[in-house]
Amino acid sequence: MEFYVISLLNSLVFGMLLFMLSSGLTLIFGMMGVLNFAHASFYMLGAYFGYQISTFIGFWPALVIAPLLVGVLGAGVERYGLRTVHKHGHVAELLFTFGLAFMIEELVLLIWGRVALNYQVPASMDFTIFTLFESDFPFYRLFMLGISVIMFVALYLLLTKTRTGIIIQAALTHPEGVGMLGHNVPRVFMLVFGGGSALAGMAGVIGGNYLVTSPSMAILLGPIVFVVIVVGGMGSLTGALIASLLISALQTFAVGYDYSLVDLLALFNIELGPDPWFSDLWRIKIENTGPLLPYVLMVVMLIFRPKGIMGERES
Amino acid sequence: MRQMTKRYGVWVGASLLLVILPQLFGSGFAITMMSEMCIAIIFALSYNMLLGQGGMLSFGHAVFYGFGGFMAIHTVKLVNDGAFVFPLELIPLIGGIAGLVLAIPLGYISTKKAGTTFALISLGLVELVVACVLLFPSFFGGEEGVSANRVLDWSITGARFGKGIEVFYLIAFWLVVSTALMYLLTQTPLGRMANAVRDNPERAPFVGYDIHLVRFFQFTLSGFFAGIAGGLLAINYEIVNSEMIGAIASGNVLLMAFIGGVGFFFGPILGAILFTFLHLTLVNITQGGQIYLGALFIVIILWAPTGIAGIIMAHKSLWLAGKFKRLVPTYLMALGAGLVAFFGALIMVEINYHLSLSIEPDSPMQLFGVEFQANSWPPWVIAIVLLGVGYFMLRPVIKKINFKWGQLTQEMQKMEKGEIA
Repeated sequence: MEFYVISLLNSLVFGMLLFMLSSGLTLIFGMMGVLNFAHASFYMLGAYFGYQISTFIGFWPALVIAPLLVGVLGAGVERYGLRTVHKHGHVAELLFTFGLAFMIEELVLLIWGRVALNYQVPASMDFTIFTLFESDFPFYRLFMLGISVIMFVALYLLLTKTRTGIIIQAALTHPEGVGMLGHNVPRVFMLVFGGGSALAGMAGVIGGNYLVTSPSMAILLGPIVFVVIVVGGMGSLTGALIASLLISALQTFAVGYDYSLVDLLALFNIELGPDPWFSDLWRIKIENTGPLLPYVLMVVMLIFRPKGIMGERES
Repeated sequence: MRQMTKRYGVWVGASLLLVILPQLFGSGFAITMMSEMCIAIIFALSYNMLLGQGGMLSFGHAVFYGFGGFMAIHTVKLVNDGAFVFPLELIPLIGGIAGLVLAIPLGYISTKKAGTTFALISLGLVELVVACVLLFPSFFGGEEGVSANRVLDWSITGARFGKGIEVFYLIAFWLVVSTALMYLLTQTPLGRMANAVRDNPERAPFVGYDIHLVRFFQFTLSGFFAGIAGGLLAINYEIVNSEMIGAIASGNVLLMAFIGGVGFFFGPILGAILFTFLHLTLVNITQGGQIYLGALFIVIILWAPTGIAGIIMAHKSLWLAGKFKRLVPTYLMALGAGLVAFFGALIMVEINYHLSLSIEPDSPMQLFGVEFQANSWPPWVIAIVLLGVGYFMLRPVIKKINFKWGQLTQEMQKMEKGEIA
């Protein structure tokens, strides 16, 4: 019981963090058809900016300024980079963001060095909020959960209740039509790209000190974010939410089981010899498959339902 | 006769060059570099079978390269242990077959769609394989990889392959064979249909071809050649580790092919040579090798998406018409301005690397023989001034180049019309 409750809470925290990252990416993809490889790099930049600003003026200003900075950078990338390569088609756009991710990682290495930063949870939030079955639950995780839920609600209201949101939604499916109505669609694109990057930056600020802030953080999380938007359905916010929670739960719960195929066979009274064929395969424990599961899920999803859980169209 | 030389001249010339080069540059470093270049050429050409010829952007091509390498090294190990007799010359073929076999299931899954879906599946598959490396230590050898001794008891040619130069000739032989096969493949109906499917997947089925099948064949054959390259790398270094199969190797081959130019058959060859050269030499000079390569990639994507091969081919007709020399002065100006800006950026990059990565940031650093303090302000000012001056010099020059291009294209068109009339 203890394991389930704690794992559920932890997977909720990580899942919402994943959602903050993937919501921006899925919006950008749905609207512009651009799969932004550099999205996780903006997350990394958010963490590094957050660290730098919080050493100067504290965590709270960093929570506001760092995402804004990342958002401005993102908008700049769209305006001066993506728009230039747009005429060469989607492959060129994809390649551009790939190169950008590469460059951002190198620039981070260049400025902050190779080692992980000492980016700590602010002391004012570093305490235990409650104790469940003898396990302490840190307040900071609750704070992360709170921020990501607020962001989700705000994003949802923005997209469904405001005029800007309705234009964005319309531009998702009918960019030409929206342009005909006199809206500046390229500017909407730029804003969405900037906004999505800012969300990723925000995830970096609150996730960097909870996880690790190092130059490899983009590479570690980037592919998982792709899995989320593929599984959830590209362009769908609700799908991204479901997929984020699902993948986070898969990874968190897998850690708790140390069964392997040997144990499964033992249930049926089959015993393998001391040195069987494919000895590695039989001995793999479920707890070690955590990093593998999201990709298995993604490949299976792409084969059987390429639209994803909530997607309406194939790419 | 003239047609014959035109047709086979390049191939004979390239083969002769491969024979002569190690005699001219015999040092260990040169042999290593040339061997790696040849392997990279095969790998990049096989990658271009997907991206350039088939329109499939893959982020996981190193899976076949790495798998070929692992199978090859395991075979060498088995032969060394006396399990069976097999010549080293044919080991790359084992790698190729391994790549082909692996590409059959993976290709079947991923080639149903091209475009973004294909790119994503390739990304998922490479992560899947990387995750497997740690789960199957007896095949992948865990962190340290698998190593074997390439000197086998029996070989077809009688060579022992103990020396680097012998291995180079083996690699060169496979390079010529693979390149010729890949070139011939572009001339077959499959190669032509792959282009058709790339350009217009809606209309290609109307000619009567199954686009999934065309992509699938192209994909599996590309896996075969990637496996050959992997097998050659296994022989060359006698060790294969997880680095070879992962996302970085996949990204590198993408960079090679794209920098060289994916639109032409010889593009990836140029790209592989340039990339390997920069990769191996920059490592010795600077910590920032990756950043310069990345910057080159971005510059190519933004302003020259046809790659180096595309730039060359765009000038071919001007060269033949004898008009190229009129562009030379402006190009020299652009080169000068570009170099000024590049030096500015270079100084900044190097200062930052010194400050963030060296053991003692306060100790003086050296750049082009000049010693200075990295944390003092003069180098920064010089760098920023150079960058700014270069940028403002470059802008009018680029305008001038565009103008001259327009002029020359018009003249060429007039000439063509004149010829017809």
